[in-house]
Amino acid sequence: MLSIENIDVRYGDLQVLWGVSFEVREREIVVLVGANGAGKSTTLKAISGILKPSSGSIRFDGIHLDQVPSDKVIGYGVVHVPEARRLFREMSVEENLIMGSLSRPAKAKRKETLEYVYGLFPRLRERRKQAAGTLSGGEQQMCAIGRGLMALPRVLMFDEPSLGLAPILVQEVFEIVKRIKEEGVTILLVEQNVRQTLALCDRAYVLENGRVVLHGTGSELMADGHVKEAYLGL
Amino acid sequence: MDVFLQILVAGFLKGGLYALIGIGMTLIMGVMGIINLAHGQLMMVAMYVTFVLHSFFGVDPYLSLFVAMPALFLLGVVIQKYLLNPLIKAETILPENQVLMTVGIGMVLTEVIRFIFKSDYKSVTTSYTGATFFLGSISFSWALVVAFGIAVAFTVAMFFFLIKTDLGRSIRATAQDKDAAILMGVNTRRITVITFGLGTALVACAGTLLVPVYYVFPDLGGPFTAKAFIITILGGLGSTVGAIFGGVTLGLAESLGATYLGMEYEDIVGLTIFVLVLLFLPGGFKRLTKV
Ligand SMILES: Nc1ncnc2c1ncn2[C@@H]1O[C@H](COP(=O)(O)OP(=O)(O)OP(=O)(O)O)[C@@H](O)[C@H]1O
Ligand SMILES: [Mg+2]
Repeated sequence: MLSIENIDVRYGDLQVLWGVSFEVREREIVVLVGANGAGKSTTLKAISGILKPSSGSIRFDGIHLDQVPSDKVIGYGVVHVPEARRLFREMSVEENLIMGSLSRPAKAKRKETLEYVYGLFPRLRERRKQAAGTLSGGEQQMCAIGRGLMALPRVLMFDEPSLGLAPILVQEVFEIVKRIKEEGVTILLVEQNVRQTLALCDRAYVLENGRVVLHGTGSELMADGHVKEAYLGL
Repeated sequence: MDVFLQILVAGFLKGGLYALIGIGMTLIMGVMGIINLAHGQLMMVAMYVTFVLHSFFGVDPYLSLFVAMPALFLLGVVIQKYLLNPLIKAETILPENQVLMTVGIGMVLTEVIRFIFKSDYKSVTTSYTGATFFLGSISFSWALVVAFGIAVAFTVAMFFFLIKTDLGRSIRATAQDKDAAILMGVNTRRITVITFGLGTALVACAGTLLVPVYYVFPDLGGPFTAKAFIITILGGLGSTVGAIFGGVTLGLAESLGATYLGMEYEDIVGLTIFVLVLLFLPGGFKRLTKV
């Protein structure tokens, strides 16, 4: 469904990704794990078009996403919930959610999707008039996820949704991710919570210094010596 | 007491127009992160459009809003699209250079207008130019009252647009987090173009409304750019509500200054407030109103 082939990505002169390839199949949860600075966020930015690969290709259902202008990517149903949430801080919760549904099909279903999101996160309904910048960290994450859902995603990419949340909320976020998958959305998840995400995912890729060094199913990687040593602290 | 009230009224009415000038400036500031130093010069061009329509075709200044605003919207679009946005593309050029570009645009506009119309002061006299009415012992200039009403109407419409429409929300979103807006599918390049057009149309509206009560001359751009700058700093950069407060404050201050200190102090009062705000309330009224 989504296939990344051999991409190089750079920030100016600094090359950060080196020949990264991986694939996300329909209705899977795929996880990218890796240390700080490995290039996980960079990979997601390349898929959503904020950065363009200098070589290689990114295809989604046969469409060359790497040649699509960055603001058009969401229209294909490839939706990026960015690192650190990146909400519109001075806009209300509801306005943030609405901003997720600008494309024509999403706009047509805006009311229904809004109800669905409020059903998923009752907390957001209570706070709908509040400025997003004044929400707690957990509420902000819910708002960011909700905003992504408003776009009627076919693939939803999360960049560290559990960052800075209390353990109980981390659990809740992962439950939500599973629920979204069960509704038929394909998921690409970037996480540093390696143990929990490997347990949750279908397949995972390990990124080190901008290269994919390992991949396999969650349980395969959990049993892998290198993963155990480097990421699970065993 | 009556004199004082009279001054407040005059200042307040003028403040409505200043608010419109300030909102145009602050919109551009918010989305592009630059001060548009051609703002007053663009207003001057709009005033000449209105002047020409009146003296050659006999069009009432208020009716020429329908020409001046769309014309200046287009001029703003062209400036943003072909003169300012290309500067962002070249990575070696600092964003600050967009500000320098606006300075250049302002100069070119002034000189082109001077070339065509000479430096003379022109004025547009209509049947209502000197007309006044009284409420109690306070006199109201019809032209200023009408201008104020129209300015308020456009301000309200602008708020409605920014809050209730997808395009308006996209403008605010772009101002708050450009990359996040792109992720949501906002074509931010198009937004900068539309915003510059809107900001210019708003200042064109203010300029046109000023025509019946003010002079038209090529060099009026500079002082009005300075006023716009003062208003946006007073209001807190990028804040629309703040721009309204800033505009009204400047209008009142100028009126009071002109009366109690003397006409020649009108502009100095604005600048003094500007410096005081920077010193004692950095961030402007936005700090107080939070919007
Ligand atoms: N805007 C940028 N300009 C230059 N270099 C950058 C930029 N953003 C990231 N990098 C560099 O690219 C590398 C990969 O960054 P990236 O954000 O993709 O890492 P990450 O795997 O998401 O890390 P983390 O877990 O800390 O979020 C890092 O070395 C980082 O310093
Ligand atoms: Mg990251």
